[in-house]
Amino acid sequence: MPESYPREHIEDLVDDNLEWNQLHDMMSDFKDADRFQKVRDVLQERVDWDDPIIIPYADHLYVVAKSADRWVIKCDCGHEFCEHDQNWKADALINVRDTEEQYLEIYPEQMHPHPDYMELREFFCPGCNTLLEVTNVMPGYPLIHEFEPDIETFYEEWIGEPIPTPESA
Amino acid sequence: MSSTDQTKTEERRADARRELANVREKRQRGEGIGWNGKTLREQLAKLEDKTEATGHYNGLSTLTLKRDDPIRYEQLYARLRGDLVTARETSKEVSATPIVEQEGELCYGLFTPEGDSIAVSTGIIVHIHTMSEAIKFMINHDYEENPKIEPGDIFVNNDPHVGDVHPCDLMTLVPIFHDGELVAWAGGVNHVIDTGAIGPGSMNVSQASRFGDGAYYTARKIGEEFELYNSWKKEYPAKTRTPDFLKLDERTRMTGCLMIRDAVTELIGSIGVDTFKQLSREAVEDGRRGFRKRIEKTMLPGTYRGASFVDALYEGQANVTRDYANENHLMHAPSELHVRADGSFQVSFEGANKWGWHPYNCTPAAIQGGVWVMLTQTVIPNELVNDGAYYACDFHLPVGSWANTQNTETAHAYAWHFLVSAWAPLWQHLSRGYYARGFWEEINAGNANTSNWLQGGGIDQFDKLHAVNSFEAACEGVGARYVEDGEPHASAVWNPEGDMGDAEAWERVEPLPFLGRAVKPNTGGAGRRAGGSGFESMRTVKDVSRWLLYEMGNGYMTSDGGLFGGYPAASGYILNAQDTDLQARFENHEDYPQHDLDPESGEFESKIDGEITRRPEGISTPKEFDDYDLYLNYLRGGSGLGDPLEREPEAVLEDIHDGYVLPRHAKDAYAVVVEKVDDEAQHNSAVHGEYELDREATEELRAERMAERAEKAQPVSEWYEDERERIHDQELIDDVKKTYESSMRMSKQFSDFYHEFWELPADFEWDLSEKAQRSLEGRFKSGTKMKWDNPTHGHETWLDIGRDDEPRVPYTWHADRSIQELSTPTASFGGVTTGTATDDD
Repeated sequence: MPESYPREHIEDLVDDNLEWNQLHDMMSDFKDADRFQKVRDVLQERVDWDDPIIIPYADHLYVVAKSADRWVIKCDCGHEFCEHDQNWKADALINVRDTEEQYLEIYPEQMHPHPDYMELREFFCPGCNTLLEVTNVMPGYPLIHEFEPDIETFYEEWIGEPIPTPESA
Repeated sequence: MSSTDQTKTEERRADARRELANVREKRQRGEGIGWNGKTLREQLAKLEDKTEATGHYNGLSTLTLKRDDPIRYEQLYARLRGDLVTARETSKEVSATPIVEQEGELCYGLFTPEGDSIAVSTGIIVHIHTMSEAIKFMINHDYEENPKIEPGDIFVNNDPHVGDVHPCDLMTLVPIFHDGELVAWAGGVNHVIDTGAIGPGSMNVSQASRFGDGAYYTARKIGEEFELYNSWKKEYPAKTRTPDFLKLDERTRMTGCLMIRDAVTELIGSIGVDTFKQLSREAVEDGRRGFRKRIEKTMLPGTYRGASFVDALYEGQANVTRDYANENHLMHAPSELHVRADGSFQVSFEGANKWGWHPYNCTPAAIQGGVWVMLTQTVIPNELVNDGAYYACDFHLPVGSWANTQNTETAHAYAWHFLVSAWAPLWQHLSRGYYARGFWEEINAGNANTSNWLQGGGIDQFDKLHAVNSFEAACEGVGARYVEDGEPHASAVWNPEGDMGDAEAWERVEPLPFLGRAVKPNTGGAGRRAGGSGFESMRTVKDVSRWLLYEMGNGYMTSDGGLFGGYPAASGYILNAQDTDLQARFENHEDYPQHDLDPESGEFESKIDGEITRRPEGISTPKEFDDYDLYLNYLRGGSGLGDPLEREPEAVLEDIHDGYVLPRHAKDAYAVVVEKVDDEAQHNSAVHGEYELDREATEELRAERMAERAEKAQPVSEWYEDERERIHDQELIDDVKKTYESSMRMSKQFSDFYHEFWELPADFEWDLSEKAQRSLEGRFKSGTKMKWDNPTHGHETWLDIGRDDEPRVPYTWHADRSIQELSTPTASFGGVTTGTATDDD
C-alpha cells in the first residue's frame, strides 16, 4: 500500500504518460494519502498564472485564491468565470444542438435524441473556446449547477491544512 | 441422486428435525427464535434503536474481533465470502438457461437474523440489499408466528414492493439455526426467463399495471425440512411459459443456499457460535466504516447535482393493455448528492415525476439495490460489500414518484429502464469528487443504457411453448474514463461480470439464428476519451409458429451524459424486416444483411426485400414474427469524456479501423481529416477500408473549428433571455410540458426552483392537452397503496418525504448564484457524531 507515490509518478498521471498496467495498479491499490496535495502542486506548476490553486474543479477549471477570502473559478487559459460558489456556466458561451442537422454532425441518423425531447447544451470557455461541458436535458430545463465544493470543511476537517492564499503561495 | 447425496440430504433433514425440536421447546417456554430468547421483531427493533442511538451498527463502537486479531478476522471474512462465491460457481452449472450459466445472472448473500447482508458473492450483487428487505418484511409482518420461521424452511420472494428490483428476479431464502436460535439467512437470487406476464419474456413491456407483470410471490414459505411443498411444485411452473427452466433455476438457488447453510454450520462448529455472531455484526459495521472512510479519502465534501431523462413512448403502440396507458412517458430524475463532513452520503431524487402506467416504475429496494451495484464498481471495489454501505447512506425517494411508487398497482417488470438511467448522474457526482481529490484513475463518465432487450416467445423450434430473453444486453459499452477510453462491449452496470454470451449458446435456446455480430460504430459518445462502443447482432427467425418479438430501450432520449465536454452515448432505434426474401437469398447464395453498421448507408435495404421497419424509437410492444424475418439487436455504448477536439488524431484513425467511428464522423465530431487509400482492406472490425491521417489538414480544421465555436456560440446570459421567453410562451411539446407539470405537482421544491430560475409569474400554468391533463389527474388521484404495514426505521428516509415540505435530505437546487448553507443534516444517522473511523478500507 503506497502511502505516497513518487512525485514523478503523479506528474505522469497529470501529463497522461502512464501505461495501462500502471493505471490499473493505481485502481487496485489502496489510495495514497497525499494524492490531493501532489496533484494540486503538479497542476500549479503546469498553469501559466500564479493564483494558488485551492482545488482542481473540473477538467481545465480550478478554484483559485485571489485573496485570503476570495476564491474564483478559473480556466487554465487564464479566463476567470465567477466566485467559487457560483455556477460558472452562467458566464460561459453556449451552443445548443437542437436540430436534426446539428445532431447528425455527431451521431448517425436515428441514433441521436429527438430534438423536441432532448437538446445538447455545449458550454465553452470564453477565453480559449474549449468545450468544458455538454449536458443533455429536456428543452426548457434550468441550468444545472453541478458541483458546490465545501472547501472549508475539506481543508479544515478532512486534510487539516490551511486553505492556500496568495500570501502563502 | 447418488448414495452420497442421499446420505447428505438425510443428514440435513435430521439436523433440521433436531433443530426444530429445540425451537418448539423454546416456543413452549414463550421464547422467540432470536438471540437470548427474543422474538425476531424485538431483535430487529433493538438493533435499529442501538444503531440510531450510537451511530454504529448495533452500537458497535469497537470492532473487538478485528482489533484483537485482525488477521484471523480477515481470514474468517474471506472464508465466508469464499463460501458464497463457491456456492455461486458450483450451483450455476445446475441451471440450463444461458442467462445464469453464461451471463452469471445469479448472486448469493449471507444475512444476519435481522436481514442485514454480511457478505455477498460475485454476480448480480444488486441483490445485496433486496433480499435484506424481504427478510425484514417477514420479520416486521410477524412471520415468526405465522407461517413460522423454522429450521429447514424455504421461502421465496419476487415482490418488488417487499424487496426486489423486478419480479423476474426470483429469490430463495433459507434460515440457518444453531441451538434453537436463528443465526443467519442464506439467500440466492437469479433472473428467470419468463414470469408469466401478459407477454412472453421476463420483462414484458405492454402492461399498464402490476396485473400484467406476471406472478408475484410475496415472501412466501414454500417448503420445510429442506423439501419443497407439493403445492408449490405444482403451482409455479404452470405460471410461466418456461417451466423446465424455472425448475432448474430453483434447484440452482436451492443448491447454493444449502451449500451456504452447510458452510456456516461448519464454520460455527470450528469457531463457536459467539465468534460467528460477533463476526457477522462486525462485518456490517466494518462495511459501514469502510464506506465512509473511502468517501473521506477519495471525495470532496459538498453538494453534487445532475439530471437524467429517458423516454418510454407508448402513443400509438399496439397491444397496450389499457387505453389510458397509450401515452408517452418521460422519466425525469433530478439527482442530488450531499457528501457531509462526517463522510455520510445522502442521495435525493426530489423533483422526480409521477409513476406511470408502464412497467418501468421502481420501489425503494430497487433503487437502493441498483445504487449498491453501481457503488461497488467505484466506491467499494473490494470484497467488503455488505449492508454496511446501506447504513452509511441516506436516500430521499419521493413517495408517489416513479422512484418510490408506494402503490401496489404499479408495474415494475423492467424497473431497470428508469433505474439505470436515473443513476447516470451519480457516476458523474463521484467523478467530480475524484477529480477534485486527484484520483483521476477512478473517473468514469457513466454507464450505458443497458438495452436493447430482445424478448419474445411463442412455439419454438422444438414445437414447445417457449419464451426468450436475450442477455446480450449484459454486454454494453462503458463510459469513458479520465485516463483511458471506455471499454467497448464490456458489461452491464447491473452485472459487472456480464458478457455477451456465445452465439451458439443463445441459438440452442432461441429459435433466432445469428446472421452477424459486430461492433457498432458511433454508439460510444465522442470525447477526448471516447465512450466504449456497443455492438449489434442481426438475428433471423427459424422454425417457429405464432412467435412474438419486441424491443426495449431508449430512443428519443439518451440517458447517459458525457463528462467534462464529452458527448452522450448514442440513443437507440428499431430495425426489423418481415415477410422477407431471405430464404430465397440463402437458396440462391445471394447476399443478405449481416449488419446495420451505418443506418444511413442503405446497405441493409439493398440486401433484403420485405416489409422493413426502421424507426428512431426504442420500445415496441409484442408483434408477430415469422420464419426468415429479421431483427436487429443493438446494444448501446457508453458516454464520452473531454473535448473531442483534444482527442489524439491517431486515436481517431484507430477508431475508424476498429469500427468505433464512421469515417465521416471523424471530420464532423473530431475535426480529424482522413483519406481512404484502400477500399477492401479490413482491420479488426466489420468495416472495410484503409484510411490515412492528414495531419496538416487536421491541424487547420481544428483551428477553424475552435474559431467557429466563438462565432456560433452565444453568451449564456443572452441564451437565458431567449429561453425564458420560450418557456413563457410555452414553446415546448406536450410530452415535455406534461413531464414538468408532473414534477411540479410532485415537488413544491422543484416547482419553486423552476419558477425562480425562469422568473415565471406565480400563476404560471402549463398549457396542457386534454389528454395530458387527464393522464396526470388519473395518476395523482390514485394515491398510495402501501405494502408494508410496519416499516422499519431504515425506511424513514423513503417514507417521511411527502408528509411535509421539507425532506430529510435537504433540497438545494436554487436559481440564484450563491451557495446555500445546508440545513442541519437529519439523516438516519443525523445528529450523531460517529467519531473518526479507525478501520480502513
